Amino acid sequence: MSDSATATPESQYTERVLLTERKDWEINQAVLQPMIQTGRRFWVLVAGLTAVVTWGVFAWGYLVYWGIGVTGKNRPVYWTLFITTFVFWIGISHAGTMISAVLRLLKADWRRPITRGAEAMTAFALMMAGLYPLIHLGRVWKFYWMIPYPNNRLMWPNFQSPLMWDLVAISTYLIGSTLYLYLALIPDMAMARDHTGGLRYKLYRALALGWRGTEAEWHKLHRALGIFSIAIIPIFLSVHSIVSWDFAVTVQPRWHSTIFAPYFVVGAIYSGLSALATILVLVRKGMRLQEFLRSEHFDALGKLVMVAGLGWIYFWFAGFLVEWYGNEPVVRELIRQEVSGPLAPLFYLQMSANLIPVALLAFRKVRTTPRLLLGVTLLVNVGMYTERLLIVIGSLQRNDIPFNWGTYRPTWVEISIVAMTFAGFALLYTLFSRIVPYVPVWEIKEGRLRYTLRRIGRLLVPTAAEIE
Amino acid sequence: MKPSAETKPRWALVVDLDRCTGCQACVVACHAENNVPVAGESLTAYGRWMHWIIIDRYWEGEYPNVKARFMPVMCQQCGEAPCEPVCPVFATYHNPEGLNAQIYNRCIGTRFCGNACPYKVRTFNWFRPEFPEPLTEQLNPDVSVRSRGIMEKCTFCIQRIRSVEMKARAEGRAPADGEIQPACVQTCPPGALLFGDLNDPASRVSQLARSHRSFRLLDELGTDPAVIYLKGGETNV
Repeated sequence: MSDSATATPESQYTERVLLTERKDWEINQAVLQPMIQTGRRFWVLVAGLTAVVTWGVFAWGYLVYWGIGVTGKNRPVYWTLFITTFVFWIGISHAGTMISAVLRLLKADWRRPITRGAEAMTAFALMMAGLYPLIHLGRVWKFYWMIPYPNNRLMWPNFQSPLMWDLVAISTYLIGSTLYLYLALIPDMAMARDHTGGLRYKLYRALALGWRGTEAEWHKLHRALGIFSIAIIPIFLSVHSIVSWDFAVTVQPRWHSTIFAPYFVVGAIYSGLSALATILVLVRKGMRLQEFLRSEHFDALGKLVMVAGLGWIYFWFAGFLVEWYGNEPVVRELIRQEVSGPLAPLFYLQMSANLIPVALLAFRKVRTTPRLLLGVTLLVNVGMYTERLLIVIGSLQRNDIPFNWGTYRPTWVEISIVAMTFAGFALLYTLFSRIVPYVPVWEIKEGRLRYTLRRIGRLLVPTAAEIE
Repeated sequence: MKPSAETKPRWALVVDLDRCTGCQACVVACHAENNVPVAGESLTAYGRWMHWIIIDRYWEGEYPNVKARFMPVMCQQCGEAPCEPVCPVFATYHNPEGLNAQIYNRCIGTRFCGNACPYKVRTFNWFRPEFPEPLTEQLNPDVSVRSRGIMEKCTFCIQRIRSVEMKARAEGRAPADGEIQPACVQTCPPGALLFGDLNDPASRVSQLARSHRSFRLLDELGTDPAVIYLKGGETNV
């Protein structure tokens, strides 16, 4: 067990056996009630997010109507905030599968209450990421020319292009992760169906696919989840590798690097796990799920974030050292810009926002105090977003011919569209948490069976059973 | 060498930096010939000029001993072009004559080619190109007017290459050396630019390419450019 190192045995087991005292119907109600009872604050939040999304959609329309010129792009900075945020959302999408599939395979028990939230994060982050390849096109109305299908132009897309690899990888990942999310949802849909009425009942009945909870159904579900858990891991590794190759396959200084693929994957896991922790803290508060999302879960998640952070530092250093040592003229100029030039504020923000959390997360108190964890993980994502800014925009501002150097300034259109995807993600996630049981009830019930307190003579002994 | 190399030309442009005065006449000629829109002052200052030829200007030395050096940089028509494989829709591709053809109507505007190009000579139509009256009267009918949202770049005036080739074929001969003149070559007042076939060892371009002054821009990247520069001495203004 990855999470047994620091906790004392007593506290660990007290945490684990907490739910064993609860009856099935109590757990059902504890999960269903916050879904059905929504307060005024919830609707204020939804209205606010919808307003931001609407404004962003207007900005997108403005962009399509007038052309890419309304963004701050120029020659040579052809990719800017859109691609930066694209990479960011792809990164966020990584933690869902990481938590869910990897930990499911490792049979890590603490994953149980957070898998659904993580998988939903993957799906919604991918949806937001998937918008950017469309938004940033000069002629978005021709986007379907990238889709491989027999057509009257007698043209196939160019499979040598990393953008085509992106298209294939992201759509595969989106389909895979959505199916994976849905599979694990079926028993809970049936549970919700049995406890609701009206419109919700109709929805859940349709989504439950007639689930009755027979032995054969459970067997098939476990088989399917097992297959998906293994199949989705290579996909999730490939997606961010391919995103990194959008940059690394060019001869642009600082992009042309063989370490980019693993560096991006580790960075994605770092930022994705941090975002997951952020979201869990917020949802736990908003939906009063304190009973299910406890300090043992935050503790374990915090440790994972720390490990990913250490990995990020290693890969960043390995890349930076070689570039600095190589001392090629343009790379030297780019590094000078970061260390002591106009990009220095961003560079030091990136480094401190990525390094300080790793140190802070070493403390159990930081990992288990929701407020501290929220601050630390938000900081990580500020750092990771800045890192992508520096990679995408910072590098493009300089190239092999000094006469072509340029500077980029963002415009309101770009910022509005970036805000649109952040608000859109939050909106989808908020609505999702009210329609679908946020905590996977069946997984919790299953995990609850694992830990019991048994009396041996006068001694009360916590026991753990081996189950799938 | 492939058998086709004997018969197929490899078009090349020689730029004699000793002769270039940085007058930008080639840029103007290119704008007129290829229907390149004028970006205007503020957009140009922000790096959104549309010139297919960029006169790189570098200052050398400190005041008062300052020298300006000029270097016209257009699409280098690379043999191993970094822009080509990255395009998802084959809008930029290698034609049999070794030219990087840009198919405007295929382009969807990912601008990936612009990032991949180490020379940064690809320009993007940020807005709908505007040709205020009476500029529309002088649009070249042989060149398509591009829409917004697509990439464009120097084509070595492929319309002029084709027109000479067709004329020569009709007369049952091969195009003579120097018969094909892109607009920039035709215009260059000091005669710094020269166009021809590298696969013909007798052509002026081939002879100059063998000169000890010849070099290719960023040759170390392995892009195999078809633009050959002749080093400039101390004669620049």
